[in-house]
Amino acid sequence: MGQINLTQVTKSFGDVNVIPPLDLNINDGEFTVFVGPSGCGKSTLLRLIAGLEDITSGKIEIDGQDATELPPAKRGLAMVFQSYALYPHMSVRKNIAFPMKMAGMDEAEQKKRIEAAAKALNLTDYLDRRPGQLSGGQRQRVAIGRAIVREPSAFLFDEPLSNLDAALRVGMRLEISEMHKRLATTMIYVTHDQVEAMTMADKIVVLQAGVIEQVGSPLELYRRPRNKFVAGFIGSPKMNLIEGKLASEHSVHTIGIRPEHIDVSTTEGAWQGTVGVAEHLGSDTFIHIHGIPGCDPLTVRAGGDVDVRHGDTVYLTPQAQHIHKFGADGLRLD
Amino acid sequence: MATQHSRSAARFMMAPAVVLLLGWMLVPLLMTLYFSFKTYLPLRGGDLGWTGFDNYVRFVSSSAFWPSIQATLIIVGGALIITVGFGVLLGILLNQPMWGQGVVRILVIAPFFVMPTVSALVWKNMFMDPTNGLLAHLWRFFGADPVVWLSDASLFSIILIVSWQWLPFATLILLTAIQSLDGEQLEASEMDGAPVLKRFWYIVLPHLSRAITIVILIETIFLLSIFAEILVTTGGAFGTRTLTYLIFQRVLESQNVGLGSAGGVYAIILANIVAIFLMRIVGKNLDA
Repeated sequence: MGQINLTQVTKSFGDVNVIPPLDLNINDGEFTVFVGPSGCGKSTLLRLIAGLEDITSGKIEIDGQDATELPPAKRGLAMVFQSYALYPHMSVRKNIAFPMKMAGMDEAEQKKRIEAAAKALNLTDYLDRRPGQLSGGQRQRVAIGRAIVREPSAFLFDEPLSNLDAALRVGMRLEISEMHKRLATTMIYVTHDQVEAMTMADKIVVLQAGVIEQVGSPLELYRRPRNKFVAGFIGSPKMNLIEGKLASEHSVHTIGIRPEHIDVSTTEGAWQGTVGVAEHLGSDTFIHIHGIPGCDPLTVRAGGDVDVRHGDTVYLTPQAQHIHKFGADGLRLD
Repeated sequence: MATQHSRSAARFMMAPAVVLLLGWMLVPLLMTLYFSFKTYLPLRGGDLGWTGFDNYVRFVSSSAFWPSIQATLIIVGGALIITVGFGVLLGILLNQPMWGQGVVRILVIAPFFVMPTVSALVWKNMFMDPTNGLLAHLWRFFGADPVVWLSDASLFSIILIVSWQWLPFATLILLTAIQSLDGEQLEASEMDGAPVLKRFWYIVLPHLSRAITIVILIETIFLLSIFAEILVTTGGAFGTRTLTYLIFQRVLESQNVGLGSAGGVYAIILANIVAIFLMRIVGKNLDA
């Protein structure tokens, strides 16, 4: 259970059209990530699915049932908010119990589910504390616990990791992925971080200005971005988009080449440039290279042992099979 | 405040304010205590010497004492229930987006700026007057006999006047508290399946508990000493004689400063009992 279909859904706030007509199918058990720059409408889309905002026109179906007019509580979805939205005056136990209490579930069943959720989320020792006494990661887990106990047909996550520090974020990312494998429930996850999208998703939905730019698996999006926007958004560091002379050599408007698909040499190569900043990460070196026409700076991802310094002259050779070609309208050509 | 030197300098510079404040409080308190142990009748011989605890015994054994305590507590309690109850409702109402919000909010706050004497007179003459009052007209419009508010429902009338004055204060504090409620919490509870009333009960009301505590504490302090509203409406008749008003009568109408001072000391004790009582019930809300 957990099939969600959006048909011609639109949303306007007053005169501002936030989401033009949009179709999207989310399959049962799929981990779907909405990703895009801030203000692209991904959170709005999630809130439309949750029922926290009314759609202006169109149709939302959940498990084959028309849910367009259903109130949020009746849609069988659970949401984890960016601020966690825990109830500060209730203990962790009462927070987790709240949705079950509202549903009128009997006490014994409530207790059983709380214990199970607390055990799964490592919260057993904290059940009687207030949210204010917990760390960010623990609060996040309580919010997830509150969602789990309802046994929803789908989970909605609204940028759940953006308030955590980097180390914790990586840990929670794994925990959520792990939870998805275990529960095999549909999950919709909103983020602006393409690394989260790539690592967690079964299906990524790339949004810009309310429009779906591309839908696909992480590797599909990485290998065959449908247009320049997706090409630039997915992958880190960003794909180099080169216009002008070098692109016309391939007789297209723009070519794209990922930093990891460029070979660097200090003696010979197709393009010549000057090293700007070189970021040594140990495992990799990100070299920013100036002097390549049509793309300044050009980023190259080289091995950790490459020894180049600011001002050095280097030669670059793009790997021919990894060159992406885009037309003047920004769309992929092949 | 790092060094010994700066600490003592700070103490030295704060001293004038502390001394002034202490004097401001201590002098009237000590004078009250002083007079409460004397027989002091300004128009009948002046200072007639020490009397020990006579004044205290006479004040309590007077037949007016317990009714006055009762009247005080009823007025305070009634006004608190009305202002907090309607304050919460008005706060929620004013928090809704609506046209002319700014103007409406100012209008709601307005009664707080009206002087107690004036508002009591307005209520007495324009609303509650049994022949010309607005309420009398309203009653007659529906064919009922006008209520003689200030004598037949005297305590309720005074509670009404006082509540009208203090409702803006409660509304203001509670409105700001409602505004500070995290919208995502409400949305989360909506997703969790809580309908409007349960959202109010489980999310909004607990969030407001601290603000309600503050409203109750501050209002109690001021309501225990209401005076003008009683003086200009009933003049203490029809069971509206509060402790404050009784003291006023003892000092000014009976010209017995000693007896009144003893009553003042009882008022201090009553205020402290109520304060401790309230602190214990609701004060724990302030700790969290």
